[in-house]
Amino acid sequence: MLDFSQLFGRKNQSSHVAKDRLKLVLIHDRMNCSTELLEMMRSDIIAVISKYVDIDTDEFNIEVSSLECDKEGNKAPVLSANIPIKNLKKVR
Amino acid sequence: MSQVIVVTSGKGGVGKTTTSANIGTALNLLGKKVVLLDADIGLRNLDVVMGLENRIVYDLVDVVEGRCRIKQALIKDKRYEGLYLLPAAQTRDKDAVSPEQMKKLCDTLKEDFDYIIVDCPAGIEQGFKNAVAGADRALVVTTPEVSAVRDADRIIGLLEANGISNIQLIINRVRMNMVKRGDMMAMDDVVEILAINLLGVVPDDENIVITTNRGEPAVSDKNALAGKAFRNIADRIEGNEVPFLDLDMDNGFLGKLKKIFGFNN
Repeated sequence: MLDFSQLFGRKNQSSHVAKDRLKLVLIHDRMNCSTELLEMMRSDIIAVISKYVDIDTDEFNIEVSSLECDKEGNKAPVLSANIPIKNLKKVR
Repeated sequence: MSQVIVVTSGKGGVGKTTTSANIGTALNLLGKKVVLLDADIGLRNLDVVMGLENRIVYDLVDVVEGRCRIKQALIKDKRYEGLYLLPAAQTRDKDAVSPEQMKKLCDTLKEDFDYIIVDCPAGIEQGFKNAVAGADRALVVTTPEVSAVRDADRIIGLLEANGISNIQLIINRVRMNMVKRGDMMAMDDVVEILAINLLGVVPDDENIVITTNRGEPAVSDKNALAGKAFRNIADRIEGNEVPFLDLDMDNGFLGKLKKIFGFNN
């Protein structure tokens, strides 16, 4: 028998929502002292990018979030950084 | 080879005590000498689940502090030859015992028993540290809920940090009808997230409430599906290969009829 709920609406099933939320929360949990770690990554990234681009360090934002990535709509966690550029430096 | 098995979960109320009582009794039914050790000092419950609450004289803290010998504190379950309970103290605090004392106690019990089942308290503090101190292997109990699985993940990390590498998972209170309609995480989902070996799956079964009301372990009830699941888990602990139960409660006449005609939900 065809189960239509499995063909459609899989994303909306509450079990699926639970699994996605869990994956994300466990990434945060498993990253020991994650805020400290993110802060360290932040300063390292700023140092690297500043060699090439003039960036707005105050507005620089880094976070772990989920993003839809495959056809079935399975969400995978991503590390995303929002880096506003002030000026492009001339690289020789 | 004697083994100390700690039953733990992190989150409270997922069924650690019920699991401890039933697996211990089921191992005993397989002919093993078993002691159930309640490590939940201050909030003991293994005694009432086993129906042995009226027979407590001495407890774990009495043993550790030398007020009695281990043999005096052990309660012999008259229904099952070779099954004993070492109750926790009810009026004391978790700090009354140290991990070193627990390890020593477990090592002593190993001389006389095949299995020492330690019922761990909820949480990750002193009580947890005490309960895992003497353990050779751990059974992590969870339910298919976000909060329970999250806590189970944390507990697995802490067990590994405590040098326990043999960690297996028990998924408790599974409701197959909800799993089928996509409203409860399936076993595969939980196993994928926690990435440890699955030892068993236990259905959400009214018989657990009924047998616990009476102070009898569910494994003694031949008709209880949860009891069967716990007996299978005990079998697997003994090293036997047992296929996972078909938890579909819809296996009566009507259910079979529906299957024949293809109504799967």
